[in-house]
Amino acid sequence: MVAYIIRRIGYGFLTVLGVLFFLFILFFAVTDPDDIARKAVGERAPPEVYEQWKRNKGYDKPLFVNTEHGWLSGGRYTDTLLVDHYTRMLTFQFGQSDADDALISKRIREGAGPSLMLTVPLFLSGMAVAVMVSLFVSFFRETYIDRMALVLCMLAMSVTILLYIIGGQYLIGKVLHWFPISGFDPDPTIVYKFLLLPILVGLVNGLGADVRFYRTVFVEETTKDYVRTARAKGAGEIRVMGNHVLRNALIPILTQIVVAIPFLFTGSLLLESFFGIPGLGSLTIDAIFGNDFATLRTMVYIGALLFVTGQILTDISYTLADPRIRLE
Amino acid sequence: MLLSNLLVVVILMLFAGLVYYVRTNRLWRESAQSLWKRRPIAVTVVGLYFVVGILDSVAWVGGVDLSKTQDVVAASKPRTIIDRMFSPETRSERSYSAPFASKEFYGGADLTHPGSYWLGTDRLGRDVLYLAFKGVKVALLVGGLTSLIVIPLALFFGVSAGYFGGRLDDAVFFVMSTLAAIPGILLLIALITALGKGTLQVCVALGVTGWVSFARLARAETLKLRESDYVQAARALGVSDVTIIMRHILPNLSHLMVITFALLFTALVLSETILAYLGIGVDGSWGQMIDQARDELSRDPIIWWNLFGASMALFILVLSVNLVGDAVRDILDPRTLRERE
Repeated sequence: MVAYIIRRIGYGFLTVLGVLFFLFILFFAVTDPDDIARKAVGERAPPEVYEQWKRNKGYDKPLFVNTEHGWLSGGRYTDTLLVDHYTRMLTFQFGQSDADDALISKRIREGAGPSLMLTVPLFLSGMAVAVMVSLFVSFFRETYIDRMALVLCMLAMSVTILLYIIGGQYLIGKVLHWFPISGFDPDPTIVYKFLLLPILVGLVNGLGADVRFYRTVFVEETTKDYVRTARAKGAGEIRVMGNHVLRNALIPILTQIVVAIPFLFTGSLLLESFFGIPGLGSLTIDAIFGNDFATLRTMVYIGALLFVTGQILTDISYTLADPRIRLE
Repeated sequence: MLLSNLLVVVILMLFAGLVYYVRTNRLWRESAQSLWKRRPIAVTVVGLYFVVGILDSVAWVGGVDLSKTQDVVAASKPRTIIDRMFSPETRSERSYSAPFASKEFYGGADLTHPGSYWLGTDRLGRDVLYLAFKGVKVALLVGGLTSLIVIPLALFFGVSAGYFGGRLDDAVFFVMSTLAAIPGILLLIALITALGKGTLQVCVALGVTGWVSFARLARAETLKLRESDYVQAARALGVSDVTIIMRHILPNLSHLMVITFALLFTALVLSETILAYLGIGVDGSWGQMIDQARDELSRDPIIWWNLFGASMALFILVLSVNLVGDAVRDILDPRTLRERE
């Protein structure tokens, strides 16, 4: 078990190194640092200005091999953008934003709070509602209720999230005047007013696919032998579904949870941006609009880091949920 | 003459080849028949979208009365059959007008073509129905063409990794887990900001993001098939690896290909709307129309037809493909077959 976890972490670390290399290729080799500099200081600036900008950011070094150093000196391969990129990211020294020189790590710390305030309740309520609805639906499997629910899920899945957001803002913000359309205030007594609408929209958006997925899982479980045994013993349908089926369906549910975890931290891009919540999603969107590659790079890296961590945690949690699984 | 005309010929030939293959192979013919029996409406709707996309790709020059139009340059360009049906060069207004209206929405001046706009006109006085029709080709390009490029690539990597194993498998698996580690939408955004905006770039970015899940599936399935008796027998008889893959592995993956195509298609078309909101989508897509119509709902009285036109066109396409895909999965997936027995 310990050996497995160590190997798993080692592979996860390798994956993160791979992600960093991918980001390097994308943001230094494919996009020329000259272009980034020109976008940051303006097209018309004289060459000295953006050379200076590049030097300040440390973007003026060569990509892989620094020919200023001799053949045998160490600097030939270490004094390069590639090595700088890896050391900066792996030591979490993200540096300054390309757009306005603000510290990226400070921005991330500020944005994490609002993001979590939106995504954690959204995630928990989404899970709870989806599992309850799909348990209910699979309780009535092969009936009209089941078929109606599946049709509704299919309809809900075919609508783009843009429409849910626009529709939700229109209906609840403008027609019913329940919640504000957008905005944010960290004051704990009124913050819920700003979060309810985005949470509701996010919930509806994810529900269709989730209910369908969980229903498949539950219905598949109900065909198994132990369910028949439980029924033969005289256990009621509610006890069978709630006690036996739900517990055995935990593994696929666990996978779903972990897939969602990185998004809890990186925030929901669209929801945050549409509803004016100053979280990490908004940070990413601003980085896209402002050609702020340093921030974008950092966000992708953090997202990948969290994803890899989450995957390792799922593998470990499998053994806790299902004693039949032995990790080797 | 035109690249898109050539593309239409190629696509139609591929389509004819596909139809011929389905008709000659008993298994596929029966599957197609049972699909038609289950979902006649959805299949027809998808077919209609396909026809509109084709009609919007065949283009030639001429046919506009140059004295009646203000924009001679636009009118002299090659026009598709859809363009000719709506003739936007001569049939346009100054600004918003409601569906079937005879007066402008603001100001109430008379329209030049009263009552002829089924879905009204947008801010620039363009026919919304025409714009919605133009979006069909964009959606089919983004969803269909991208998956047609992605699936063979994913198949190539997945099958060779699964079949040959060893170092190759390690390398492919490493690349796949690296790409899978990056949250999808962030990967898309990073790719497009690095590659630049444009239809091709969006398709490439969507392709890079989309191939991993199918390649994984193909690899896992190939690992299973490699150990099957008939592959072992073929190998013992000295059949070459390429022949084994072509004759024994690929046909056994074909149902996965069809299912993935439907799933990937809807995912791609829906992701494009998110990209459109971020300002990095494809020009002329429904996502862009929805994005532009965002502020129109807050006007009083509201302007709803722009949003309605684009989102209905999108909704109906995605719903039909979802329904067809679902039925295809039920028909082709051997696991569901077993459950039904």
